[in-house]
Amino acid sequence: MLVQILFLIFATLLVAAALGLITARNPVYSALFLVLCFCNSAVIWLLIEAEFLAIVLVLVYVGAVMVLFLFVVMMLDINLAELRRGFTRFAWLGWVTAIAVIAEIVDVVWSHGLTGLDVGRSAAPESASYSNTLALGQVIYTRYAYPFELAAMLLLVAIVAAIALTMRRRQGLKYQDISRQVSVRAADRVRIVKVKAEKRT
Amino acid sequence: MPHTLATAWASLPGIARTTVWILIITIALILCVALLTLWERKVIGWMQLRRGPNRVRLLGLFPGLGQPFADVFKLLTKEVVIPTNANKLIFWTAPMIALIPAFAAWAVIPLSPDLVISKANAGLLYLLALSSMGVYGVILAGWSANSKYAFLGALRSAAQMVAYEIAMGFALVGVLMASGSMNLGIIVRNQEGGFLSQNWFWLFPLFVVYFISGVAETNRAPFDVAEGESEIVAGFHVEYSGIAFALFFLAEYANMILISALTAVFFFGGWLSPWQGWPGIGSTILGQPSFFWLALKIFLFLFVFLWFRATFPRYRYDQIMRLGWKALIPVTLVWIGVEMVLASYHIGPWAHSWYH
Repeated sequence: MLVQILFLIFATLLVAAALGLITARNPVYSALFLVLCFCNSAVIWLLIEAEFLAIVLVLVYVGAVMVLFLFVVMMLDINLAELRRGFTRFAWLGWVTAIAVIAEIVDVVWSHGLTGLDVGRSAAPESASYSNTLALGQVIYTRYAYPFELAAMLLLVAIVAAIALTMRRRQGLKYQDISRQVSVRAADRVRIVKVKAEKRT
Repeated sequence: MPHTLATAWASLPGIARTTVWILIITIALILCVALLTLWERKVIGWMQLRRGPNRVRLLGLFPGLGQPFADVFKLLTKEVVIPTNANKLIFWTAPMIALIPAFAAWAVIPLSPDLVISKANAGLLYLLALSSMGVYGVILAGWSANSKYAFLGALRSAAQMVAYEIAMGFALVGVLMASGSMNLGIIVRNQEGGFLSQNWFWLFPLFVVYFISGVAETNRAPFDVAEGESEIVAGFHVEYSGIAFALFFLAEYANMILISALTAVFFFGGWLSPWQGWPGIGSTILGQPSFFWLALKIFLFLFVFLWFRATFPRYRYDQIMRLGWKALIPVTLVWIGVEMVLASYHIGPWAHSWYH
């Protein structure tokens, strides 16, 4: 009962935050609403005892991805009037995407049959010693070892690609060679000149 | 009287007892922060051949003991000035967002053999997630104040914290490998057997990386470019005054205590005695596990924090990035490889029976 009440509270918050995300005028507010969305979905995952997924969602998306997002959004100076002009032009694209997503959701629900989908029942609670992380690790590193490693390689390639795209040597760029900077000695920089004192004339 | 108190305590429902413990820990933490600010000024004063605060007495005790409380009352009664073009909502919430993770993290830290608020199985992950949320207070404060200096400080610290979180996470992967659990209580228990069987012995490079990243995560000297006074006034909290500023201060010092506590738990056996199980001293009261060992270890690491601040000049921004990405992360990756070798030959912590 408590779990269901909690679920309803956080699901409502999640939907409200999602609505706020697409209606907020200030892009920074939108990004913050997205953070709220992630936090609420993490709580919903916690309620079905998927604590690993819940915490990793917060760790990766809230802790890293959204920080970089905010980072970019905060530095933008967005002109709302200009944005609105594009809105009507590309509205049909948005509608097509929305309808496609809704159709997919409906299809999934329908294929299970509305009666077969028991939304009122939650999964049987596991015992206190059950570790979600351990269970997930055992499956990922045995049964799904190859798909998992493939996904890891894919991410690595993506990182390398992102770095390769942004690594540009601009002409005339001044940069510091740190190892040379560190290994510099006083004798390289300072020349001690002994000047004889002259007599006043 | 103690007997009736004890029965009354035991008859309370679990949630009430937890709430009382949360209150006790929070208040104790705030007091510790107050005393830590005094200790910091005293220690740095001594290192620089000064006296530090020595005027305000509390109940006629140690001179200077009243200083943090005097500071708090001064800040409480000061006006909080809000910049005209600031985003008021975010400006007000940012200090609280900075403060919450610093306090919430204490929920999973085992304070003594039988005192921990939550025995969460994913405690280590929870700590990582919370420490990654600490950056929000900083960037929101920097952005909402609508000030160049605050924004520059926020950008610097956001980049720095994201970079050092990776090294920190990898160091914790090493701890996870050596302990075989993400439950902090079990991590402590698996270091039983005295000073030399604690994690720091086999994970020494990871300990160094973790502590350095911890100093960088808390934006403390020598990594305090986020508030580099000589360049950007005071960084992200330049526009904050009065109690709003005090909250940022509280968050920073609470984070220092937290990082010290975590270093003690992950690498130095938390509440375990360093002489546990040693012949002679191990069988006396000094060999018993207790909260005081944890407190002593936290105190030592806090002293190192202050020592760093009094000793090292501030790193330049590009040096910070270079250290994080090109020195600390490779060290952790190499040591995880070393751990794999140790584990496959059952050396060190991997020789224990709980590992198999």
